[in-house]
Amino acid sequence: MIEEIGTTEQGDLIINVGPQHPATHGVLHLVITLNGETIKKIEPHLGYIHRSIEKMCESLTYRQFIYTTSRMDYLSSHINNHACAMVVEKGLQIEVPPRALVIRIMMDELTRIASHVLWWGAMAMDLGGMTPYFHAFRERELINDIMEETCGARLTMNYQVPGGVMADIHPNFQRRVKEIIKQLYKKLPEYDELVTGNVIFKARTQGIGYLSKEDAVSYGVSGPSARASGVECDIRKHYPYGGYENLNFKEVLHTEGDTYSRYLVRMIEIRESISILEQLVDNIPEGDFQAKTKAVLKLPKGEFYTRVETARGELGVFIVSEGGTTPYRIKFRSPGFSNLSALDHMTRGQKIGDMVAIMGSLDLVIPDIDR
Amino acid sequence: MNNEELITQLTTIQPNLLPETGGEWPNFFVEAADWPKLAQALRFKDDLFFDYLFCLTCIDWKTHLTMVYHLSSTRHRHNIVIKSKLNRETPEIEAVSDIWRTAEFHEREVYELFGVNFLNHPDLRKLILPDDWVGYPLRKDYEDPINMIKL
Repeated sequence: MIEEIGTTEQGDLIINVGPQHPATHGVLHLVITLNGETIKKIEPHLGYIHRSIEKMCESLTYRQFIYTTSRMDYLSSHINNHACAMVVEKGLQIEVPPRALVIRIMMDELTRIASHVLWWGAMAMDLGGMTPYFHAFRERELINDIMEETCGARLTMNYQVPGGVMADIHPNFQRRVKEIIKQLYKKLPEYDELVTGNVIFKARTQGIGYLSKEDAVSYGVSGPSARASGVECDIRKHYPYGGYENLNFKEVLHTEGDTYSRYLVRMIEIRESISILEQLVDNIPEGDFQAKTKAVLKLPKGEFYTRVETARGELGVFIVSEGGTTPYRIKFRSPGFSNLSALDHMTRGQKIGDMVAIMGSLDLVIPDIDR
Repeated sequence: MNNEELITQLTTIQPNLLPETGGEWPNFFVEAADWPKLAQALRFKDDLFFDYLFCLTCIDWKTHLTMVYHLSSTRHRHNIVIKSKLNRETPEIEAVSDIWRTAEFHEREVYELFGVNFLNHPDLRKLILPDDWVGYPLRKDYEDPINMIKL
């Protein structure tokens, strides 16, 4: 499986990046064929963190399988849980109380901000800037503190369950959210000053890693990476779920399709998420935080599919039920898997040094790819 | 196009399609031999224009395998599910990675986890599992005494 470092008959150099490499943000192994400094081909080798979540879920009940999904895309675990809770609710036709819906959206958007902020720091670090990483973690810590208070965990929250949310929000929740909104409004211009307008950053990213609209759709690229190419693919907008239809927010679109526009889309999305939080923070309805559900959940025979917009793109949960307490087959259509498949196409003809920038702009989370 | 129009339109293109009711989106069963022709029509006919293959997977029903293709159109915003029954001993179906590029990775995943052979696939190798892996882990009769994948 692992190709030796060496040269091919045509004189091309084959190098391995990863599985242990800081630029791959996890255990991803890329076999790169180089002609001089120019990339001819990239072959990803996956599976270093494959835990066969789909197979495991076949023997887990509809309450248990949600916990495995927090471990897929650990930076948007709330949104993964949301998708799974929704698919079970769809099958059992559970009406979720309005309070739970609002809490869910707020948690999702906090997660999205935390994920994009962390990505911003990591992206700058990939390109040689150490400082932004610390700025990013400062804001992310505040969000993690909110999660800790309400959900009891900082990373794998498992807070959204079929019927609503696990527990009511902490009394400090609204105050904390307002604090983080204020903090972000103060710090986001600082982010722009540090990175967005930085001449070196622009030179490294503008016009690099072009992905056309047609190719983005054909490769199944979704999320901010596709919206930077002009693909209208925000599930929250086009297939609204869980209360997003009542909110006022914009789908961020750019048409350049290069690394810099993928960066810009995420930076604007942080602001859109803040605006969603502002709309909701003082309007959390009173009432139950969880609907009454049976102790043992049994989905009727049939097939159920839900799509949600995670911080990385479209997550699909496909459940085939035979009427039992466990799913017969479950498939997670993870955004990272499809986004990665476009990497080879995007990097061909580019320089090896730019590969890190292009890969960084796709925002890959490896456990999300391998599942 | 709404669901009824889609069903009428598709049954004119491919008369032997079997519609299946009950799902959120229109479901069709297609013969594996007819799949390439149907895929071409789904992708390139202007009023269908299914340009986004958002999910490609397989289900093991113990007696046979079922390929499932979830398609969506970014222009018309309609969705469709195409299924195809394959026999369990020599499952074979035409690859669609030349029509939807995303299928290349998804088909490689189905190939190693279910053992479906995709004809005319540009690069049919294992993607997630090691090259020397024996068996198809997502099939229902797969047993692995060493790695605990059944809980």
